[in-house]
Amino acid sequence: MRRILVGIKRVVDYSVRVRVKPDGTGVALDGVKMSINPFDEIALEEALRMKERGEADEVVAMSIGPEEAQQQLRTALAMGADRAILVKSDTAVEPLTAAQVFTAIARAEDARLVLVGKQAIDDDANQTGQMLAALWGRPQATFASKVEVLGEVLRVTREVDAGLETLEIDLPAVVTVDLRLNEPRYVKLPDIMKAKKKPLDVKSFADYGVEPTERLKVTLYVAPATRSKGIMVKSVAELVDVLKKKGLA
Amino acid sequence: MYEYRAPRRDMQFVLHEVLQAEQALAALGRDDLNRELIDGVLEEGAKFSESVLSPLHWQGDQEGARWERGAVRTPAGYKAAFDAFAAAGWMGTHCDEAFGGQGLPYMASIAAGETFVAGAMAWRMASGLTEGAVAALQHGAAPLQQTQFIPKMVAGEWTGTMCLTEPQCGTDLGLMRTRAVPSADGTYRLSGTKIFITYGEHDLTDNIVHLVLAKLPDAPGGTRGISLFVVPKRRLLADGSPGAANGVDCERIEHKMGIHGSPTCVMRFENAEGWLVGKPHGGLAVMFIMMNHARLGVALQGLALAERAWQAAALYATDRLQGRSLRGPVAVAQPADPLHVHPDVRRMLLTMRAFVEGGRVLLYQAYQWQDTLDRHPEAAVRQQAESLVGFVVPVAKAFLTDMAMEVTGMAVQVHGGHGFIRDTGVEQLMRDAKITCLYEGTNGIQALDLMGRKVIGSGGATVQTLLAEVQRVMATAPGAANVPAAWTAAVHRLAQELGELTTVVAGRVTHDTAEVGAAAHDYLNHAAYTLLAWCWWRTVAALEQDPGIATNESLVWTAGKRATARFFFERLLPRAAAHAAAVRAGAAGLMEVPAEALLA
Ligand SMILES: Cc1cc2nc3c(=O)[nH]c(=O)nc-3n(C[C@H](O)[C@H](O)[C@H](O)COP(=O)(O)OP(=O)(O)OC[C@H]3O[C@@H](n4cnc5c(N)ncnc54)[C@H](O)[C@@H]3O)c2cc1C
Repeated sequence: MRRILVGIKRVVDYSVRVRVKPDGTGVALDGVKMSINPFDEIALEEALRMKERGEADEVVAMSIGPEEAQQQLRTALAMGADRAILVKSDTAVEPLTAAQVFTAIARAEDARLVLVGKQAIDDDANQTGQMLAALWGRPQATFASKVEVLGEVLRVTREVDAGLETLEIDLPAVVTVDLRLNEPRYVKLPDIMKAKKKPLDVKSFADYGVEPTERLKVTLYVAPATRSKGIMVKSVAELVDVLKKKGLA
Repeated sequence: MYEYRAPRRDMQFVLHEVLQAEQALAALGRDDLNRELIDGVLEEGAKFSESVLSPLHWQGDQEGARWERGAVRTPAGYKAAFDAFAAAGWMGTHCDEAFGGQGLPYMASIAAGETFVAGAMAWRMASGLTEGAVAALQHGAAPLQQTQFIPKMVAGEWTGTMCLTEPQCGTDLGLMRTRAVPSADGTYRLSGTKIFITYGEHDLTDNIVHLVLAKLPDAPGGTRGISLFVVPKRRLLADGSPGAANGVDCERIEHKMGIHGSPTCVMRFENAEGWLVGKPHGGLAVMFIMMNHARLGVALQGLALAERAWQAAALYATDRLQGRSLRGPVAVAQPADPLHVHPDVRRMLLTMRAFVEGGRVLLYQAYQWQDTLDRHPEAAVRQQAESLVGFVVPVAKAFLTDMAMEVTGMAVQVHGGHGFIRDTGVEQLMRDAKITCLYEGTNGIQALDLMGRKVIGSGGATVQTLLAEVQRVMATAPGAANVPAAWTAAVHRLAQELGELTTVVAGRVTHDTAEVGAAAHDYLNHAAYTLLAWCWWRTVAALEQDPGIATNESLVWTAGKRATARFFFERLLPRAAAHAAAVRAGAAGLMEVPAEALLA
């Protein structure tokens, strides 16, 4: 069975203007629209396309999060994933914990490929995929903008600072995806109905032998300073002058 | 120009908190349609509407539909969106699974439906009319025509139209001239001219399925002699695919005030081949089954345009800085305060919000009654729902579309002179809204339908059923005790007054039949304000019932809801008294003046 696992994280929707709680303990989440992390949606889309091309047999969506993350997994099932696994966690999950859980699932499920977003738009950590590859002991390709299956090898085009880089890695492997990889499909109404009947297993950390530990402590959340009003300069000379005075040039 | 954002939170509040959608669906035997699924359908519909449809709303208006030598070109993007919509399975939302649909009751999908209309109303009419035509075929067509047409329409390969209107025949269908002559092979040949046919011709699909009202040679006079036919634009080949032209031509399209993207066609039928739908001379019976759905669909257009207008006004009132608050500057660091500090602007914003959010409760409630009528297992419950639907459909159609004119007009007003300029987009909403007061039976005809057919025609039974339902809900709502007593009293008082007005009109009608028409408009509006008061009462009860976690976010939201409820009861509900007075005034003041004097 050629199985692809896709990480699906429940995050605040990209369109929400997030607000920091007045006491600085976090971001206000009540009544806020939650969605699949956009990068993860792209990862899922890529997995589904591979399956549709006959390059995979099964796509499994996996998430670590609260009970409500079932909503995002149902959306993943409606998009086309065959089944889903929710590992329940009532607190925020650090990248290392997520990587440990995903590694355990990858082993238990005998995964051929694990696709995850390059980062989640809530914490922007950009670590889970890399840690997963290390713990699993398999090759990785990050920031993918193109993925081709060549038998037992994956050819991955990566977006790097200098431009595009192409790698070939052996399967099983981990790929983290970037925004330009594809454009996720619209969910079809009949598939929303079908998704209700697809299996969604709710598991615990213990089921995968992981004990989540808190390694990071966040002491304070503050909103970024609002941009102050700019000034219009008349010439380049004046601009350079202003910048010098501000110590910027 | 702003883009549409689906009001998910309010939609979910109305569905789950006010109307208990899950329980309502379970009563229809659909406990599989749980909250998660209902919200999932809304979310996917909303996404499609916001990203694909909303931009078409403006573009379609600028470009408009074009006619060229019999062919009609829809605005750029219309076809791609139509194909994507069909591919996503939305065309079959309500249609039976046997024909490839999803068989969903309205309560499971109405919020998504609202987002489609709000996204691009002129575009949405092609698919909306197709759904209506499918329902008519399901009710009345022979099995062969059902299998030939319905699956293609559900798949979005073909669209449907409704062809009633003719130049001399608008409201009065008895004046119809289009003829249908039976052939030896059991088909019919139709000839005549239909006007104002929405999507009568277009480039979205390669065939169009017209549902045409016409008269058989032996037809009795008046509306009793009308039959319904299904007439494809192109005849079907043996394998069911479209073949030769069928004598159906689009002579031109109209230049009109709004919905520019939707082609409004003059259609000429010349010996076009068709099949009977329903019984000979029984066309209106099939049409009547469709009528509730179609009229609720137009009410939904009113609501959706009003929602868009409210969103635009709320944004503009926040961004535009003019003048200072009468109570002293609010935005001290800015040269002026935002518009929303001004009492008069607040009056407009709260009016818009009260009508939109109250109207949403009313319309979703109407759809829930329609579901009960269509699908409840017990005949007695269906019968009660029939009364409720019969009453609420003309009220929702007329009131919510008149409301849309007021609310879209206010959106222009909030924008000041900029609202009159095309770039802000709000004048389009006002232009698009007007048609909703006119088609699918003008609002005057809705009032007549309510007062004459539904209320007087039932001996007052429908209004009694409705008022009993109003009382029942108020007696059993969990949060009832916490609604301000004055508001509870106001709803009871109005409900009682509506009963009294019914008696007044019923008494007068025995002397003068014109009393029905004279009372109709104001009776309908009085009923609408009574129902809207009930809806706002239920909203407040729902807020009280589940305070939820008292977080900042939810406190702000519920505070806005409560303020809107208060505004409604204090400042909008008094309008009901004016309508009551007008009903009581009777026909004399309208009818006694001779035509020469009236028009002098
Ligand atoms: C953009 C557009 C799209 C349309 N799409 C379609 C379509 O797809 N298919 C279709 O068949 N038709 C369509 N129509 C036609 C529409 O339904 C009719 O225009 C409408 O029913 C009114 O008919 P009329 O225009 O002939 O007005 P009239 O019937 O001439 O009415 C004029 C006025 O008199 C009032 N009136 C008329 N009779 C009475 C009465 N008995 N009592 C009290 N008041 C009365 C009306 O309320 C109205 O105010 C469309 C029209 C437009 C403008």
